[in-house]
Amino acid sequence: MTNKITIENLNVYFSATHAIKNVSLDVPQNRVTAIIGPSGCGKSTLLRSINRMHDMIPSARVTGSIILDDTDIYGRSSNPVLIRRRVGMVFQKPNPFPAMSIHDNVIAGYKLSGRLNRGDADEIVESSLKRVALWDEVKDRLKTSAMNLSGGQQQRLCIARTIAVKPDVILMDEPASALDPLSTLKIEELIEELKDKYTIVIVTHNMQQAARVSDITAFFYLGELIETGGTRKMFTNPEKKQTEDYITGRFG
Amino acid sequence: MNGMVARSLKNGVMMLLMGTATLLVLTPLVLIFVHIVREGAGSINLDFFTNIPNPPGESGGGMANGLVGSAVILFMASLIGIPTGIFGALYLSEYEGHRLAQVIRFSADVLAGVPSIITGLVAYTLIVVPMHGFSAVAGAVALGLIIIPIVLRTTEEQLKMVPGTLREASLALGVPFWRTTLQVTLRSALKGIITGILLSIARVAGETAPLLFTALGNQFWSSKLTEPMAALPLQIFNFAISPYEDWHRLAWAGALVLVVIMFGISLVARFFGRERSMG
Repeated sequence: MTNKITIENLNVYFSATHAIKNVSLDVPQNRVTAIIGPSGCGKSTLLRSINRMHDMIPSARVTGSIILDDTDIYGRSSNPVLIRRRVGMVFQKPNPFPAMSIHDNVIAGYKLSGRLNRGDADEIVESSLKRVALWDEVKDRLKTSAMNLSGGQQQRLCIARTIAVKPDVILMDEPASALDPLSTLKIEELIEELKDKYTIVIVTHNMQQAARVSDITAFFYLGELIETGGTRKMFTNPEKKQTEDYITGRFG
Repeated sequence: MNGMVARSLKNGVMMLLMGTATLLVLTPLVLIFVHIVREGAGSINLDFFTNIPNPPGESGGGMANGLVGSAVILFMASLIGIPTGIFGALYLSEYEGHRLAQVIRFSADVLAGVPSIITGLVAYTLIVVPMHGFSAVAGAVALGLIIIPIVLRTTEEQLKMVPGTLREASLALGVPFWRTTLQVTLRSALKGIITGILLSIARVAGETAPLLFTALGNQFWSSKLTEPMAALPLQIFNFAISPYEDWHRLAWAGALVLVVIMFGISLVARFFGRERSMG
């Protein structure tokens, strides 16, 4: 099992707040790694540092390194725009572009970057939508607004939009927490299917979900990585007492 | 039970106060409009929109040169004020906490509070004096200076209302920051920004003071931007203070047309504003 991402001694600060404390974590290739922990433990902060989304926040400061394949994401010569094309992100609330059609949302990554090859557009749209099992539901209304889709469909559209730009890694920040149980199930099935081609890191505060979809689980508490290991072991026989207390619902 | 009576009494008094306040706001507007229509409607005819003013003593004539002049000056003022305002606002919203942003925001607020006649003096000093003459360009600079802070602040408000999640969605797809700003943030706020622009134009369309010693006014057609040019509010002002009855009538007609134009722009702005809140 090769590691796609190696996080070493990562620290993230927001002004004086120390949000991520000296975290080191390996993310294996073509696996689903779940990050769990109570609210405010730094799960999302960690996830967002993997595609440099903290660059937008002036008060944020990152130290340590995140190695993607062979390059340090925070290295001097690393370009956040190129990093984000390799490391896609799906957000908590479905956020399709409201002014765009379904079709245009899928190729938004190309369109907005000004690097769309017109001849390829339709093929990218079809293959991406098929990949997320949305094609049959929307193929007759590709030109209509994405806002008319249901929440679950919108989220699958957002995943299609992410894989359309051909990333290696997909980060998911509680991708199903705003969805109904049936849509959640579809997203979880999709994650299972996507991992043959992509490396997936998912943040969730739903422990059953982590148990269902992930291969590796990492438990965070107060900005620290408490324990990580195979999901089955983490949920049946964790080594640390804190982990056990959390997964058995004693706190959090 | 007693508390109930006291409360409904209080309610009644408050309703009365609010009703009175509403009436106080509406009365001047209605009075102005009724008065202008009564005085001006009779002098509005085809001539008004196609002819230049007749010399005093001759009835008839129009304010076509003022209408065209106003349009030309407003167009040039927009070229100065709108891009400056929009780019300034983009800077403010995208570089929120920076030192320079605070300076710009403060300056815009001060600029917005400067009396328009002072803005006219600034344009006089900057343009009229070095160019040795009054000109349409100088008038446009004066009005442009008034447009800048209005467009800047309304645009900034609209940009702030664009959800951060959209910006993040774009960035996470590997879209460069500047493209995200222009194609996602700016585009999402476009309707609100257009509303702000229209309202700023409606606001300066009636400005007279900044034009007094910049565009100066002109009794005839003027085709050069470097020469004095007629403008509707200037013409209204000059004709209203003249001693000639015919010119007074033209001034009333001009006032009516000006109010109708401003009302029209505000209506269009409203339309854009409503579109946005529904979408």
